[in-house]
Amino acid sequence: MPLKTEPITINVGPQHPSTHGVFRMRVTFDGEEVIDVEPIFGYLHRGSEKLAESRTYTQIVTLTDRMDYVASMTNNMSFILSVEKLAGIVPPPRGVWLRMIAAELQRIASHLVATGFFLQDLGALGTPLILMMRERETILELFERLCGARITNSYMRPGGVFMDAPDDFWPALNRFLSDMPHRIDEYEDLISGNEIVAARCDGVAVVDSQTLIDASVTGPMLRASGIDWDLRHRQPYEYYNRVKFNRPLATTSDNYARYIVRIHEMRESLGIIKQCLEQIEPGPVRPETVPALIRPPAGDSYVGTECPKGELGFYLVSDGGVAPYRCKVRAPSLINLTLLREMLIGDKLADLFVTFGSIDINMGEVDR
Amino acid sequence: MIYGLGLAKGMGVTLKTLLGPSFTVQYPDRRVGIMGAAKAAGISTPGLIFKRPVKALRAVLGFERIAVMPTQAARFRGNEFTWYEDRCTGCASCAKYCPLGIIKIVTAPGGINMQEGESYAIETFDIDTGRCMFCALCVEACPYDALHMGSEFERGNYVRMDLVLTKEDLIAAPKRPSTWFRPQMEESAYSPFAETLEDMKQAGRHETPSVEQLTKRWVEDRRTDESVED
Amino acid sequence: MPDPFDSILYKYVYCTLSSTDDVACVGSGLFGGGLLPGGLEWLAYVLTAVTIVAVLINAILGGVLMMIWGERRLLGRFQGRTGPNRWGPFGLLTPVADAVKTMFKEDVMPTVSDRLVFTAAPILMLFPALLIYAVLPFGAGTWLADINVALLFIIAIGGANVLAIVAAALGSGNRYAMFSAMRAVAMLISYEIPLVISLIGVLMLSGSLSLVAIVNAQTLPFFIVQPLGFFVFLVASMAELNRTPFDVAEAESEIVAGYMTDYSSMKFGLFFLSEFAATIATSGVITAVFLGGWHGFDPIPSQIWFIGKMVAVLAVIVWIRASWPRLRIDQIMNFAWKALFELTLINLVVSGILLLIWPSPSTPELWYMAGVNWVVFLASIYIFGKVLGPKHDPVAAGNIQSGITLSDSDAPAIPAGGGD
Repeated sequence: MPLKTEPITINVGPQHPSTHGVFRMRVTFDGEEVIDVEPIFGYLHRGSEKLAESRTYTQIVTLTDRMDYVASMTNNMSFILSVEKLAGIVPPPRGVWLRMIAAELQRIASHLVATGFFLQDLGALGTPLILMMRERETILELFERLCGARITNSYMRPGGVFMDAPDDFWPALNRFLSDMPHRIDEYEDLISGNEIVAARCDGVAVVDSQTLIDASVTGPMLRASGIDWDLRHRQPYEYYNRVKFNRPLATTSDNYARYIVRIHEMRESLGIIKQCLEQIEPGPVRPETVPALIRPPAGDSYVGTECPKGELGFYLVSDGGVAPYRCKVRAPSLINLTLLREMLIGDKLADLFVTFGSIDINMGEVDR
Repeated sequence: MIYGLGLAKGMGVTLKTLLGPSFTVQYPDRRVGIMGAAKAAGISTPGLIFKRPVKALRAVLGFERIAVMPTQAARFRGNEFTWYEDRCTGCASCAKYCPLGIIKIVTAPGGINMQEGESYAIETFDIDTGRCMFCALCVEACPYDALHMGSEFERGNYVRMDLVLTKEDLIAAPKRPSTWFRPQMEESAYSPFAETLEDMKQAGRHETPSVEQLTKRWVEDRRTDESVED
Repeated sequence: MPDPFDSILYKYVYCTLSSTDDVACVGSGLFGGGLLPGGLEWLAYVLTAVTIVAVLINAILGGVLMMIWGERRLLGRFQGRTGPNRWGPFGLLTPVADAVKTMFKEDVMPTVSDRLVFTAAPILMLFPALLIYAVLPFGAGTWLADINVALLFIIAIGGANVLAIVAAALGSGNRYAMFSAMRAVAMLISYEIPLVISLIGVLMLSGSLSLVAIVNAQTLPFFIVQPLGFFVFLVASMAELNRTPFDVAEAESEIVAGYMTDYSSMKFGLFFLSEFAATIATSGVITAVFLGGWHGFDPIPSQIWFIGKMVAVLAVIVWIRASWPRLRIDQIMNFAWKALFELTLINLVVSGILLLIWPSPSTPELWYMAGVNWVVFLASIYIFGKVLGPKHDPVAAGNIQSGITLSDSDAPAIPAGGGD
């Protein structure tokens, strides 16, 4: 006679140590095994899209900072590119290079946070997280030199960036670039070869690539399944067609693959920044002709950019006024989260949070 | 490969970190050992032991502390504003540009000693920093360089109303403008953590540098970088 | 029955108080001895016991506070931080401040809780942890009791704390706590077996269950002679203690705080205290059984040697905690039954054969045994890693195919707006 067990339902979150913000899952367990997951979100909804309709294009930049608050620069960039397409503004080269440097630095910072918290969910008592926060701190200090803020940067403006980088930024950036590869090696020593990490992550939460494509998942999660889809390469925006970089791909599409792809993307980002430094030239960072209140012609625009978490795009509709008629955000965090249920069912309780961490979501972006 | 080698490698990394320096930034004061205390006092370690034995003993026991300020960038957007009344015309560009609408300006005709022939007196200039998100768009909007971001950040208090910066507060506050969107200050190598700019003339006005100037600065930077590397 | 006067503690306190004419007391005892009048030897006996227990319990509490401080400082340093350094010199008073804070916090009792069980659980948890200290020899002649079944006593007592965990989980009626209790019970049952069997090798070498006798038998520390037993005992006791990488019963990233989720104030404090007390006690047992106990070289007192070795064991435990992530519960079970259990059996068989060859080993013969045992240890770890380890290497499986390097001819297919 099989042993009869009773399913047990737990509300995980919104106040739980490892739900990465105010996320809630109603999980049904059979013993330690997950048999049903119902994601519930919206606790951090601030109506950013609606707020954008009553703000000028420059003011919306401050809203984008607060969507994915661990990757403000890339959010800024995505929005700015959409506005520039809508209004037909051509940024000067130096502005574009600066934006690319800032965006790639932000990508490293975001991947550091993602990997660190992923390891934290695995149960490593803070050591990888704190070591990664140390490097993120260096990046945030660079941002502070660049734009006076660490998290809510608001560095970019339609037409470029608000101000050229200060003189002390460049030596600090060079120091970071020479230091960071050793740090990444250190993380790999600490994590990549660790048998416990391998045992916990290898073959857990495998999703096949067709499911990922059908769910329109993007970013490192898609590249971990072997699909070569990187918007920086497929639809180059900014000057990404002038730099050479590899797209790290993993094949197994499990938690380990998602982790290792992020580690390798950090190395590639460092390479991109080096190439930017070689190609950047003096000049203005923002055209003189851009008015304070941008009035784009009536129409719409969408530019998808490769953010640390996936494709982030702003769909803007203008009626010719100073504020967009509609601002729709394609948030990678939200769309990557849609596969959560499929990934979790059948796994153990302990893998619930590891898988959740490997998706790398940000509640500010999910709920907006 | 023997099983467990990765685990040992990970322990090696933590051991290396253990022996390496600590990256904690201690604030508002820092605990120092006897060498640190001697360095802070500006004398050698034996000198400290013989001249000021009590201080040396305190340092050995871990009681000695020295005040520290975290290092901030010059562009750091602080938790306050610096405002030069004489420069302000009450045009309210900042109030219009503010995404949150937290700047309140009331002007009345008949001001004196105004810049560029304006004749408005500013009666009220309130910034509710309790609701401010320090995006500094108001500073960017100011056409006369009257409003600057401040560098102060220790402004915690128990009453929300105290967070509202009134005109009197702004006038009385020490003027440590951040160099955010004020390239002229950066060019004059001004640091908000070293000096104050009490006079509006010191704050200067921004003039767009020519391409030649930019080129010169950039090329010189590159040259010094390369010479360092060589 | 060993002579109670072997214990220096007992001898000094008893002889100070009692005016007995026992031969062992001649010349010992402070103030010439005999503070109590004759005929009150029973009172002296009781007072001696109370004094020693009071001293010991306070020493344990002090040790726990020191360990909390030490663990936080050391963890901080392992992570490149400074660690607590604000209260008192080098932050030494931080745990004291924590303790005061814990005592003054509100004691929340969940409405669904079973009051009696909920309250009893922390007390149940503390007792086994304290009882282990009764048989620990802290130095030459420094012990509370030298009983001849000390190892059995420790094993029996050490298994009792799972009762408290189950009581806490049942009493608080919290589902996270239930998960924690399930895990703790499963883990205890699994790890108790390798824990016990790994000690049998030591028993065969020393021929006694008394910790004092085991320490005296270690002319060569047993971790050299019995590497496999030492390894299994260390791993299994870390699992019993819920330390990383086996801390599934209180995995804070999974089940919040496990069985402690609903506890607050001093009830939580007791859990915390007993956990640290158990950790120190276990490191004491490891020191006594495998690291040669109080043996060391001479100018340094034996008590210092013992405590130094204990601190070293604790530091290794903290080091492991700082370095490794947590295992999953099914992997922990697999590890216990498929690896540790077999390893202990191998150890048992090899030790038995070696003892047949050298029935009462002298020190050089112990070295020969150690050599054989180390070869067996390394070989079995290698073989078990090959057999039980992951069948394919994730680094090779999730290998990074660097995408095609973008060249100028590899022009963008769909140009986007903005940048150009």
